[in-house]
Amino acid sequence: MADAAWMRVKPQGSRLILQGDAAARSAAASVWGVPFSEEPCRAQTRGERATLWLGPDEHLLWQASREIALPIADLEQALGAHPHSLVDVSHRQVALEILGPHAATILAGACPLDLSAREFPVHMCTRTVLAKAEIVLWRTAPDAFHVEVWRSFLSYARALLSEIGREFSGAP
Amino acid sequence: MKFRTPFGGRIDRQELLPFAFDGRTYQGYRGDTLASALLANGVHLVGRSFKYHRPRGIFSAGAEEPNALVTVGRDTARTTPNLRATQVELYRNLNAHSQNRWPSLEFDVGRINDVLSRFFPAGFYYKTFMWPRGAWKSVYEPLIRRAAGLGRAPTLPDPDRYAQRYAHCDVLVVGAGPAGLAAALTAANAGARVILCDEQCELGGSLLSDPAVGIEGKNSSEWLKSTLARLKENAQVSLLPRTTAFGYFPHNLIGLNQRLTDHMDVAPDHLPRERLWQVRARHVLLATGALERPLIFPGNDKPGVMLAGAAHTYLHRYGVRVGSKAVIVTCDDDAYQTALDLKAAGVEIAAIADVRGSIEGPLAAAARAAGIPISAQSTVLNTRGDTHISGVTLGVTRTGSPPQRQHIDCDALLMSGGHTPSVHLFSQSRGKLDWSDPLKAFVPGRSAEAEHSAGACRGIYGLQQVLADGAHAAAQALELSVPLNSFEVDAVERRHDSYLGALPGDTSRRKSFVDWQHDVTTRDLALATREGFHSIEHVKRYTTTGMATDQGKTSNLNAMAIVAERLNRPIPQVGLTTFRMPYTPVSFGSFAGVSRMELFDPIRTTPMHAWAQAQGAPFENVGLWKRAHYFPRGGETMHAAVARECRAVRDSVGMFDASTLGKIEVVGPDAAEFMNRLYINNWTNLAVGRTRYGILLREDGFVYDDGVVARLAADRFHVTTTTGGAPRVLALMEDYRQTEWPQLKVWLTSTTEQWAVIAVQGPNARKVIEPLIEGIDITAKAFPHLSVARGKILGLPMLLFRVSFTGELGFEINVPSDHGLEVWEAVYAAGAAFGITPYGTEAMHVLRAEKGYIIVGQETDGTATPDDAGLSWAIGKNKTDFVGMRSLQRPAMKRADRKQLVGLKPKDGRSVLDEGAQVCERPAQRPPMQLIGHVTSSYAASTVGFPIALAMIAGGRARVGATLYVSQPTGDIEVEVSSPVFYDPEGVRVNG
Repeated sequence: MADAAWMRVKPQGSRLILQGDAAARSAAASVWGVPFSEEPCRAQTRGERATLWLGPDEHLLWQASREIALPIADLEQALGAHPHSLVDVSHRQVALEILGPHAATILAGACPLDLSAREFPVHMCTRTVLAKAEIVLWRTAPDAFHVEVWRSFLSYARALLSEIGREFSGAP
Repeated sequence: MKFRTPFGGRIDRQELLPFAFDGRTYQGYRGDTLASALLANGVHLVGRSFKYHRPRGIFSAGAEEPNALVTVGRDTARTTPNLRATQVELYRNLNAHSQNRWPSLEFDVGRINDVLSRFFPAGFYYKTFMWPRGAWKSVYEPLIRRAAGLGRAPTLPDPDRYAQRYAHCDVLVVGAGPAGLAAALTAANAGARVILCDEQCELGGSLLSDPAVGIEGKNSSEWLKSTLARLKENAQVSLLPRTTAFGYFPHNLIGLNQRLTDHMDVAPDHLPRERLWQVRARHVLLATGALERPLIFPGNDKPGVMLAGAAHTYLHRYGVRVGSKAVIVTCDDDAYQTALDLKAAGVEIAAIADVRGSIEGPLAAAARAAGIPISAQSTVLNTRGDTHISGVTLGVTRTGSPPQRQHIDCDALLMSGGHTPSVHLFSQSRGKLDWSDPLKAFVPGRSAEAEHSAGACRGIYGLQQVLADGAHAAAQALELSVPLNSFEVDAVERRHDSYLGALPGDTSRRKSFVDWQHDVTTRDLALATREGFHSIEHVKRYTTTGMATDQGKTSNLNAMAIVAERLNRPIPQVGLTTFRMPYTPVSFGSFAGVSRMELFDPIRTTPMHAWAQAQGAPFENVGLWKRAHYFPRGGETMHAAVARECRAVRDSVGMFDASTLGKIEVVGPDAAEFMNRLYINNWTNLAVGRTRYGILLREDGFVYDDGVVARLAADRFHVTTTTGGAPRVLALMEDYRQTEWPQLKVWLTSTTEQWAVIAVQGPNARKVIEPLIEGIDITAKAFPHLSVARGKILGLPMLLFRVSFTGELGFEINVPSDHGLEVWEAVYAAGAAFGITPYGTEAMHVLRAEKGYIIVGQETDGTATPDDAGLSWAIGKNKTDFVGMRSLQRPAMKRADRKQLVGLKPKDGRSVLDEGAQVCERPAQRPPMQLIGHVTSSYAASTVGFPIALAMIAGGRARVGATLYVSQPTGDIEVEVSSPVFYDPEGVRVNG
């Protein structure tokens, strides 16, 4: 299945789920190189890496490339005695990018959140649903959304968005 | 188009559109509805009524239409029955058919019902067809089903596409008439995000058929044009024509149904036919207007009898005269304007019969000046004509004397009983309706949501007041303190009155219709009250008044008034039936949206799916997953394939895709404590590098899920769950973690899809994987049964379990999912020397059943305790608590006659039991038989030499060796109760 121009699968990401308190997060930030947002539903980005707030004690650590190994041992060392959980979920999910002026409208075909720039600004991220698939939705630019979807739901998510986007005739 | 005016209306006279109705070809214009185009051609008769098959004509010009229901189709699959011709936009070559008639619309055999109507009174359904009893299913019901119901559903799958969209706004304005436009303008000027929707193809509401009035120095169409342009220009405003707000759901969630292509000559492929909007609005402004109320008199259903306001709309919006000689019956000044306008357009107005006692005001004066005969205190005694009205008998009442009869020939009878505010959505929002005596109608009272009603839908009539009310409602909602536009309006002053119930002179000898679509007459309502139905909800169900697809838009208030009068009760005490969504019918396609065919549900596949597919494996649905069922070779049957796969595992080695098993990583200093509190097992004494079979109960003590749990580190457990149970186990764990034990330092992460899992099972399993593995000594001594370790396979990170769901020596290789297929293929290649055999879920089920391993949800059904399932050994000794422990102490949970897991062997050595079959102690009992249990699993293929079954039997363990009988369609089968472990009862093979 060829995706429309406004949709792109990003297969090469790496991911960790870090759970713990603020002290654990600041210890991890020194290794990961990206601060952790304490503001709900906000992402922080530095170069290839990002941290996404998913809950009061849960963040997603995202790295765009798999060329660099995940610094799990270093993170564990830095986290040390801070109670925490760090789990590699690189292969659990896949990233999908939805781009272009119709991006928010297409996503609104299956996501019940208010995706206007006022209510869902750039850097906002949250768990939500895409019809019957659970996703993490992250606005990376006014016209760009990063969607994290569990791998077995990827083909559903792609086919669903393709069908919803058909009325925009594939044009971004 | 004999009845088309020479000019005027909003139709495009440049674009002539041919269309067909019942096979005859006509012409209309772009901008017509099917109804206006038919009327322009002089066609009034468009359908037959539901019960009596009486000829029916176009009654209204909008959503309230009860009569003109037609089937419109582009082709066999794209056929929609029961569309209101008044709302069907005309397109080139539109093809429409009338309904509920046979053999033809002009001559309908079903009309016999009209003559026999005294045999079909209200509630006849409940009185007739009661005897003989057997005839209901075979004779009456099929007959009634064929005769009842309007239209025919299409028989082919719907080829159109339907979309859905979520939307959010500050203000949703429902209805783009003057009140809605004023509200939208006010809200938009205040910077609010506004959605303005209207069911019609053009926004404007009543302004579309009132070109003469002036607003702010412009005529209404110019004002409308500039207003819409101003709204369109504002990026914060969305205008949605052809969009019906059909449902008001809690917390200001409004369902909109938008029709995108139905009006087009050719529907383009990339556009969905309809879109269902789910709008979450901070404020909802209802500007849904009012519907004209019909009058009730004998013969008020003949084609040519229609609402006066509809005639007004046909004239001004579509340039259509509804007849050449009209009589008008009214209690409202609006109809006088209609009379004057029709007369100006060349329609003879034979009489205005006013129901009211006094007739005053500028419009009446103008009508008199125009030479229109007007009579006060009038009523209609009867009408003449069959497939079209040909005349009317008026009764002019004078105090103290009987009505004077006056016969007038006419081809149109236009009626107005005033207006009924459209409170449908307000009522759906659970807002409280108040009765208004002066308006003789219910109007919105206290709102239940962040909602405001404005204009005619709350009984405010008069253009200037309506516009001001719209602006005021928006200002109130948004708490604006700016001065509001007062909308100077130039229009003639009118008096608005309304009438309720049957007109004087209604007799029971003739049918006076209250509900046109369901053929309910004043007689039916009277009968219902006589028979003791006094609640309006009961009257409604008994007579079916208001229960047709129009939901009684034109009939509910009149029906209620008639019942109130009969019962001699005030109207508010009789009350109104509940309004329910949808306001007008919504297609199933719209609700389904894209969720059909392959998008109905996600289809989840494993990393090795394509390999199994290439091998020709059929797949089994397990939850949303597709799992390989078996791997047939050549022309093998399922039975042969499963037998071969089982044999291979027992004799040499097999491989199995176990990736779908749920996996949860439980991590944190309190991980062991958390597991102790949840699972029945003891986890404190589980060493790092070891695994244990864990069982999870619900609070009620019944088995909820099971799976192998590995301890990867002191503070890290890798918990596996059943395939189908993964989401609910994680949810249950999170529930306890967050709400019951928030003080525990432990966190959960689903890793189900992080790992691809390859089970390698059989006596040669070690030999197959040993050469591929680095970093783990997997000899029997170093890596005994139930071990777990991290290592590498093909240089890739791996988590290796030594576990078995087959009873054989077994390993489960976990690798990151992206590498699943690569490792699978490597194991398959390495196993070639041992004849490695991929096996599917069916062989897996047989192999585990031979060992008496349960499947949660198959052996257990939500009422099995660990002991019932033979698992009490797993309960941690000395545990003081776990989820469900307290429930297990209840006496009923310890009874000796609870159903317990046992094996069953057919005595003949070959009978295969039905799963779910009941088990009894004695054969051939007379009902009621004494049932003592049921078969939970049964397999014909088996490596033990005979078919095997597992069963839950009352006091089963004490019955081992006993003979029981399994009841099957072919007769009772004699079975022997056995241990559930059929194969290798000593369990030596698993330690190989």
